[in-house]
Amino acid sequence: MKLRTSIFAAAVLAVAAPAAMADLAIPWLSYRTGPYSPGGIPVADGFEDYLTLLNERDGGIGGETIRVVQCETGYNTQKGVECYESTKGEGSLVYSPLSTGITYQLIPRATADGIPVHSMGYGRTAAADGTIFSHVFNFPAHYWDGASIAVNHILDLNGGDISGKKIGLVYHNSAYGKEPIRTLQELSGKHGYEVMLVPVDHPGQEQKAQWLQIRRESPDYLLMWGWGVMNSVAITEAANIRFPMENFIGIWWSGSENDVLPVGERAHGYKALALHGVGADFPVMADMQTHVLDTGLAAGDGDQVGTVLYMRGLYGAMLITEAIRVAQEMHGVSDITPEMMRDGLENLVITEELMAERGLPGFGPSFAVSCENHGGPGIGWVQQWDAEAGEWSIVSDAIQSDKSVIDALIKEDSAAYAAENNIEPRCG
Amino acid sequence: MSQQLLYAIEVSLNGLMAGVLYALVALGFVLIYKASGVFNYAQGVMALFAALTLVGFQNGQIPFAHLINEIFGTQVHHFGWHLPAFLSVLLALAMMVLLAVIVEKLVLKHLINQEPVILFMATIGLAYFLEGFGDLMWGSAIKKIEIGLPYGPSDSIDQFTYDLFGYGFFIDRLDIVAALVAALLVCFLTVFSQYSKIGRALRAVADDHQAALSVGISLRFIWVVVWSVAGFVALVAGVMWGAKSGVQFSLSLIALKALPVLMLGGFTSIPGAIVGGLIIGVGEKLFDFLLGPLVGGATENWFAYVLALVFLVFRPQGLFGERIIERV
Repeated sequence: MKLRTSIFAAAVLAVAAPAAMADLAIPWLSYRTGPYSPGGIPVADGFEDYLTLLNERDGGIGGETIRVVQCETGYNTQKGVECYESTKGEGSLVYSPLSTGITYQLIPRATADGIPVHSMGYGRTAAADGTIFSHVFNFPAHYWDGASIAVNHILDLNGGDISGKKIGLVYHNSAYGKEPIRTLQELSGKHGYEVMLVPVDHPGQEQKAQWLQIRRESPDYLLMWGWGVMNSVAITEAANIRFPMENFIGIWWSGSENDVLPVGERAHGYKALALHGVGADFPVMADMQTHVLDTGLAAGDGDQVGTVLYMRGLYGAMLITEAIRVAQEMHGVSDITPEMMRDGLENLVITEELMAERGLPGFGPSFAVSCENHGGPGIGWVQQWDAEAGEWSIVSDAIQSDKSVIDALIKEDSAAYAAENNIEPRCG
Repeated sequence: MSQQLLYAIEVSLNGLMAGVLYALVALGFVLIYKASGVFNYAQGVMALFAALTLVGFQNGQIPFAHLINEIFGTQVHHFGWHLPAFLSVLLALAMMVLLAVIVEKLVLKHLINQEPVILFMATIGLAYFLEGFGDLMWGSAIKKIEIGLPYGPSDSIDQFTYDLFGYGFFIDRLDIVAALVAALLVCFLTVFSQYSKIGRALRAVADDHQAALSVGISLRFIWVVVWSVAGFVALVAGVMWGAKSGVQFSLSLIALKALPVLMLGGFTSIPGAIVGGLIIGVGEKLFDFLLGPLVGGATENWFAYVLALVFLVFRPQGLFGERIIERV
């Protein structure tokens, strides 16, 4: 009798399972625990809250509700791979690994499984070459864009001439931190500045030797590719040696409230690159308040709303959901597959009108993804910290990266990857 | 004096200061190991927990606010007060004593006379529990410590060395305070362990649990005392390191900085922790200054362990550790 009941129950579950799967499954490899959680939590909150908003306000996308498939990585690459393997069978449409290390591991796996990866502003830069990396997207900008945008900002500050200047790079001694080195060296050949490299080992809690070196060598400008505790310690040490904060520019992962608040007023004037607008003064946030925060459906405490990293998570979710709409329209079905999702990402067009329609006017750049270009326009801004007001503000116009240098580097790296992995270029 | 030599002196001085900070973390390990033969894996997390508690009390943060809000549907976060630094330190210290009592009651008392490795495993469990508990109690947001610590370079040292050598040395005022605090701490701990009745009892327990019990020493009381003192040291270390980076969960990783210090200085010696810290601090900074450029920099993490290993080969018990000879 018991056996028969079990078989019946299993049969019911088997029949019911596909029905339960009929939604848009978006995996989220979050890190709400561990040393890097102060960065992981706000991104996760923003990402999840935006998807909740679409479910609550619009009933999902194209009539399909969105289901977030959570997996905690602790920012650990091995756990990230385990998360991928354990969630890919859930009908997962697109992965946002939220870690350069995890992204590197997922590129061959996800490509083989036919599931796209969106590493927005992180991951392997050469993935911008869609002819080789068919399933990986890193729009709207990647690390090499970041390096070039920072150099262009310094050029702007110096009337277009930085020959003879010394630009230092304080970087996390990892694959992530080393990403901009080649670009900075190539650009130094073009603009005649000197590059000074200052690696910092994980986690970056103690950086005295590095900052004594910086004090001795007195670079004119400093760039930073850091994450987690390394950022706030670096800004503290910069203040200690009285390095001019307005000449210290972090990548967009070194430019959140977490990085400057622990330093207090001494962080005033510190700059960072921005992938998108700052603050919560956008129409979408009113809807967020009504449908998510006031109804108690927020992913977190609500204390991260409007922070740089919260808005980054929200922006990432917005771009992915727009790609879902494109995929639904292209294929004429609402319940899309990962391959359809890939098509949606590759044909995504973001316009000023669309951004305004989504309640985010002027928040990010307009761009069109294509078969060849998975990296987007390579546009960014510079934001600066006002310690007294306790807020970031955008202090530059939109800055375009130097594609004449970067595209050649991308082609070189992607060609090497293609040769190693026997990949035939696509896109006709 | 040549410019390179002046730089090397400056690097060495900063290495000494960094070494003091390493020693502050190592001291907590030494205290517990000395008194109970337990390598307390949770010492780094205790520093984090102590600093979180201090800032939480000072800012009037409601403990377990997230949990309370989830269960009762409330929106409470702060009591609305801002406590003076001194009172916050006292409250944080009381919390560390309470933690010591709880650890003794729930963990250690059940493990009397167990193998050291069992106690070590228990502290691993304690570390992970305490990390999650701290997160639940105070949240994972990064917090700023505001207890009036000085920041920035010492202008007087800068000016003095400039007048003397034509090059101004950089010394962080926070590091100077940390060195003074560490010196006071070592004096206090040395007097406490050498001359107080409880200190002598601590050493008796460290030598032999059974023998100490047989002469009427309460093992459980001693454990509470030693974990409380280690909690106090953790609070000092957490404050000094937290002042540099903000109080955040990566503070627990400072334990990694203490391991080479312990290997070098010995697990049972308070002066060993200090001298070990200074040698590691100066050694890693000088190596990075002299040879770092040849090997791509960022040598501090691994060189500290290389230095400790070299000492270990020639003196396994560490510089000041007790040489234990077990006869067959």
